[in-house]
Formats: sequence, C-alpha cells, structure tokens
Amino acid sequence: MTSITAYEAGASQLLMGNEAIARGALEAGLGFASAYPGTPSSEIIGSLAEVTRETDIYVEWSVNEKVALEAAAAASFAGVRAIVAMKQNGLNVASDFLMNLNLTGTVAGLVLVLCDDPSGLSSTNEQDSRPAAKWAELPLLEPVNSQEAKDMTKWAFELSEEIKNVCLVRSVTRVSHARGDVRLGELVSPSRQARFAPTMLGQFTPLLVPIKHSFLHQKVSKAREIFESSPFNWYTGPEAPELLIVTSGSGWYYSLEAVKALGLESSVGILKLGTTWPLPEKLVQQHLARTDKVMVVEEVDPFLEGNLKELVGDTFAILGPLTFYGKRSGHLPSFGELDPDRVMAALSSILGRERVAVEPDYAKKAQDLTGGLMQTRMIGFCAGCPHRATLWSVKNALKLDGRGGFVTGDIGCYTLGLGPTGFFQLKTVQAMGSGVGLACGFGKLDKLGFDQPVLTVCGDSTFFHAVIPALINAVYNQSNFTLIILDNSATAMTGFQPHPGTGASALGEPAPSVDIEGLCRSLGIRVGVADPFDLQDTTSKLLNLMQDDGGVRVLISRRKCALVRAKEEEKAAYKVRVDSEKCRGESCGCNRLCTRIFQCPGLVWDADSQTAKIDEVICSGCGVCADICPASAIIREVA
Amino acid sequence: MEGTDPLNVIVTGVGGQGNVLISQLMGSALVRAGYHVTIGETYGASQRGGAVMSHLRISDQAQYGPLIPHGQADVILGLEPLETLRVLGQYGNPNVTVVTNSRPVYPLAVAIGTAHYPSVEDIVRALEELSRRAWMINATDIALDLGASILANIVMVGALVGAGLLPLAAKEFELELQESLPADKLDLNLKAFRRGLAELKAR
Repeated sequence: MTSITAYEAGASQLLMGNEAIARGALEAGLGFASAYPGTPSSEIIGSLAEVTRETDIYVEWSVNEKVALEAAAAASFAGVRAIVAMKQNGLNVASDFLMNLNLTGTVAGLVLVLCDDPSGLSSTNEQDSRPAAKWAELPLLEPVNSQEAKDMTKWAFELSEEIKNVCLVRSVTRVSHARGDVRLGELVSPSRQARFAPTMLGQFTPLLVPIKHSFLHQKVSKAREIFESSPFNWYTGPEAPELLIVTSGSGWYYSLEAVKALGLESSVGILKLGTTWPLPEKLVQQHLARTDKVMVVEEVDPFLEGNLKELVGDTFAILGPLTFYGKRSGHLPSFGELDPDRVMAALSSILGRERVAVEPDYAKKAQDLTGGLMQTRMIGFCAGCPHRATLWSVKNALKLDGRGGFVTGDIGCYTLGLGPTGFFQLKTVQAMGSGVGLACGFGKLDKLGFDQPVLTVCGDSTFFHAVIPALINAVYNQSNFTLIILDNSATAMTGFQPHPGTGASALGEPAPSVDIEGLCRSLGIRVGVADPFDLQDTTSKLLNLMQDDGGVRVLISRRKCALVRAKEEEKAAYKVRVDSEKCRGESCGCNRLCTRIFQCPGLVWDADSQTAKIDEVICSGCGVCADICPASAIIREVA
Repeated sequence: MEGTDPLNVIVTGVGGQGNVLISQLMGSALVRAGYHVTIGETYGASQRGGAVMSHLRISDQAQYGPLIPHGQADVILGLEPLETLRVLGQYGNPNVTVVTNSRPVYPLAVAIGTAHYPSVEDIVRALEELSRRAWMINATDIALDLGASILANIVMVGALVGAGLLPLAAKEFELELQESLPADKLDLNLKAFRRGLAELKAR
C-alpha cells in the first residue's frame, strides 16, 4: 500500500490513526523509533520501518516495551527526537523505567504513545492507561481522529522539549485503527548530531529524589499553563447550555453524533478536550460556570470525570453545585467500549428525550427474518495452523500420561488454545511470560502434596519478551515442568513482525538470529525439537519429556505460521481430499474425529452425504488431518 | 450521493477475505476524488474465522466518527451472506441497498455439523424484505475462474461501483488499484474489478 511518505505537504491522504501518528513524528524531525508489537499499536513502528531506508531515522522492534522505552530515552538523552509506542499492557512492562525517567527528565523530545483497547477487542484486559499520566505526572494528549493524531504527535515533541519530560499521547482502537483523510505537513529530517553530554552531576538520574520530584511538579504546572490556550481544546454549542458534555478521544464523535441525532444543538454544548492531564483548569472552570449539568463521555474509566470533580471540589465556592452524569451515575457503562448509540441512549435518558434508533416495524421484521438464521462466528486457529497440531499432541500426551497434567498458557495466537480449536488445553492466561512464571510455582508444590505434571506453552516472540527470566528462575530453583515453545517464526498475532529469533530486522534486512534451542541448552535444560505436523513423533517426545525425572524440560515445536507460509510460497504442500467411500461418518465409531473434534475450518461435515469433505477455498494443504482419520479416508497427495 | 451526507457504507465478511484491504482502497480513491472519509475497522483478534466489519462514512462536508449508529447504514457490501444478514439486522433500514457475495464461509459450528447454515431461499427472502434493493453475486466463483478465491473482494467492489452505489467512477477505482498494488498483482485485480463491474452493469 501507499507509504506514509508518498505524498507532499498540502496533499490529503487516507491514513490509519497509527500511520498518522508515525507521519506526525516524521514531520517533527523524528530520529529514533522503537516498540514491541501489540494491537492496536503495532502499525506506528511498522509504518516507520517501511520508510526507514528513504529517511535518516533508526527504527527497531525491541525485545519488550521496557527496553523499547529505555532505548528511545537514550536517543532523547543524546539530543535525538524519539518515539515509543505500546499497547496498554505494554505500559505495565515499561512502567518501572517510566517512573524513574519522569524524575530524570529528557533532552530531545520523547513521545510515548499508548494505544488502549476498550472492550479488549485484541487484548486480555481493557486497562485505561490515562491514570499513568497522573501517576507519573506527565502531560497527556488524546486525539479524536487521524488528523489530530498526526498534529498532536508532531506538537508533542515540542511540548516534551518545552518541559524537558516525556509527553504521552493516548489513543484507543477506534482512533488507532480508524482511517481518515489527513492534510499532510512538511517532512523534516532529523538532527544528525547525536551526542551524550551531561552538564551536571546526577543529571541523568532521578537522584536527589525530593528535589527532582519538586522539579516534576513545576514541569506539570508549566504544561497546565500551556494547555490553557491549546488549539486541541474547543467548545461548540450555546452560550449557556442546559447540559455540558465534556469529552475526549473517541467520545467526541459519539457525542457530536448523539447531539445531532437528538436535535439538541441549541441546548447541549460540547467541550472537547485534547489535553486531558494536567487539566487546563481555567478553561474548564469557565465552561463549568455556564451550566449546572455535566455529562462526561470517555473511554474506559471515569478518569476525566474524576479529575473534573476534583476541580469542582477545589473551587466549590466559585462554581456552586453541579450535577454530574457519566459512568459514576450509571448513565454510561464503566466497562466495554462506547459507541454513538450508547451515548444517544444516555443523553436521551438524562434529558428525557425519546429516540428511536430503528423503526419498530423494521426491527421486528429484521428479528423475524434473521433472528432464527444467525450463527455466532467463533474465532479459532486458522486452517493449517501449527498450534492446532501441537495442542492435539499435547492433549494426547496428557491423556496417555494419565496423571492429571495440565497446561498454563500465555499471550499470542495460541491463547485460542483456551477454546475448542485448541481442545480446551490451556487452563490459564495472564500476562506475557506468566505461563512459565505460574509453572515455576506449580512445579514447586510437591512438598505440599502436588503430583500433577505441569506443562506450559509460549510463542517464540513471547519467549524473548518475558519468558527468559522466568525460565532462569525455574532452573535456579529447580522447578519441575515442561515448557513447549511454539516456534512459528513470527509475532503472528500482531501482524508477523520479526523478532530476535527470525534473523530479520524491523527493516526486513538480515540480522543475527538468537538460537532459542542453544539458549535453553546453555541453561542446562534438556531440550527436544519436534515438527508439530508429525503428530506421533511430537506426542512421543512430549510424553518422554513429561515423564523425565524432573527439573525443567523444553520441547520446541517448530513450524512456520500457516499465513506466513502462504505468503511466501505459492503452492500448498498437499492436495487433500476425502474418499467418500471410505468415510463412514457417524457409523464409523470415530465420533467424527476430524470435523467434531479436530475442528479445522478446512474440514466440513456435509450433512447431505453424511461424510466429511474438504473446503478447497479454506484448506491450506497441511495434510495433518490425514493422520488423525482412523479409516484412512482423508487422502493427501503431494501437490 | 443522492443527497445522502454522510453516506454510510458497511463492508462485512469473515477474517481472511480482504475486507480491510478493499475498504482502504475505496477510501483512498474517495479521498482522491475530494471526499472526507472515515473508516472504522474491527479486526485485531479476528483472524481467519472471525467476523470483520468496516464502517465507511463518506461526506462532502466533514469527517464523521468511525462507527455508524444502529439502523443507519445506506449501503451494505457483504463478502459473505450470513455476515450480510447479521449487519442488515443491526444496521439496516427500509432504504438500505445491499450487494452481497452468495458464497458462504461456514462458521465453525456449521463446519463441524452442530448447526445449519441458512438456506439460500431464507437468505434471499430476508435480503429482499429488509432492503430497498439487494443483489447477490457469486463473486467467489468469478474469482476462482480468474484463478484465486481471494479476488472475490475486488469482484465485489466492481459490483458496488457497477451498481452506482459509491460516488466513484470505475476509472477512479482502477487508478487506485494502479497506485496501490504491486505491478505483478495489478492485472489480475483489474480483471476481477471489471468482472464485478460487468456483473451489475449487465443487470
């Protein structure tokens, strides 16, 4: 597709929010960019990596978010403008460094982009990152669309240099993964005079803490002052609104749409805030003074709402009583993402206006005609996914072992192993690397009567991100479990980004490849390697490792992601078909192992012929199903 | 745009069908034609097998939010019939126009034999009664005829443009394909687009 540097200043280009953030950074003279991939943030660094050769910037996929932030901070310390992007969970990983960096301060502009995922559309939580701004005392900007994402990011570098500290830009899925037309500005080349030159003792440390903390407060005050006249804050509506909506980020469009749909333009005003922490208190007070009803529209937590109430508490003598509506009042949900309909419902309930979203006759007809036809579409492993094959062997090995063993899970595509296409094999999922961390603990419970075999899984990218310390912990403390590394040669979940084991850099150029197998062996771990498509061999190797004498064991289940393979190779490995003479369907006694249990979307139960068949549009030609059919009815021929 | 501003278009289908790509191509072509465009996408975890929906909001005046309110779709472009019905039930209204691929992608429950896919008659009846006008096209068969099922998405864009449902001339979309696709993919995609175009122009 068209790159983010394809167009000149003044042109309009359709950009995804994340691409717009990247373009804004380039217009600010960015020199350094780093991140660990995570939905919905990955395209920021991804689109910068695509243009690295034609610009003078440095871009890397870092091993995790903490290292990404540390690396970018070094660039800032050396006078180079830097950007770091991460999803909400990544902020937790980076926080240890961030909570010292805030006291230390920065030199060249350093922008930390936090992409939240309300409703956890691609996440294990829906954590709101904004309280981190208050916690770390760093200025916070929240764009509403691609244009503002670009403009704010560009300006965030200036703000960062003005106050000599990190500036946070907080996006959400509906901004990061929305596209909109963006009026482009000039691209600016980075300064090429990187140099680390401390001018005073302790400059690049948080020491002496109370003094640096007092400096931090001064920086926040300065940011507040700048925010008072920021062009990213504006008001639309009547002079003295019956109700004032205060909103930020994704909430702004939903509020506009709701006010328009209910015809409330003359009675409801909207204060759109782009600079949400520290609050521009004077500006906000001016607007609060002109109404007595306030509704706050934001995602996910009542962060803005709480800060407004603090301000009202501090200035009660001036503002007098105000009634607040939002998440705390129950008018808007305090979990899950918002949408225009939810805001319309809240607004109509507060102001007693009726709103009909869909004509009742039509709604009834739609329900009658489609209600009975609908099927939910569960997500599951792709056709030909190596994870399905590995978990099939896991299931069989655990059954053969018979001691009540179980699997702790981790973050990646294989998290789907919680569900039917992974045969419900994963029993826990928490944070990156937590599968092995939990296994460390389970594997030490023998003194307390625990006698179940412990298995744990992690992907290759996750292994580098957070598993290595837990694995070393297990070796040192002599824990007892088997780790299965699902090595599919990509960070598949987030869009196939390279990682330290793939032998490619962020730019797609050759890079040193860290050998997972050698690394594990160097820790004194017994390591096996299996091809998950060889079900018998994988099961037997796994069983063998599980029944070993104890300690930490590793099985590397190595097979390229089916989607990556399909991109790289024109041809499938096999042409697969079902011999309908041999397939005996329900009368076979196999309980329809292939369609009912194995659940590959390429295998379909044909109700008419009462046999299994292959959907040639979906089948990826891996041929694994031929090995599970007890009647040898699934035929694979080399394609 | 027949006075509809914003024009609300929903592209719906299943992960892996190229929904996001065609939304992006249509959006870019519309921006080139001078429109304000916003696209809201739901993908992320929706890899192959999950439902994927894109909301396009096209306006002469301004940008709109990334999500279309319930009952407010003007046009639905369906890459998969069951997904078309799902969107129609939630975002449809008596004036909505629908163009949908007729080829099902079975949900897992159907593939494994624990649920039934709706009959063609039921789908056609629902489409006709819930829309101002609905077209069904066997885009996957056209794509397979061209050599790759994945081209069905481009065939469907051809049909949408052929039906005159986007404020976009065929030439403008072809220019977008030329600008956005690598040279070795262009010819086949242009063919797919023109097959879809002819499909609805002929009706």
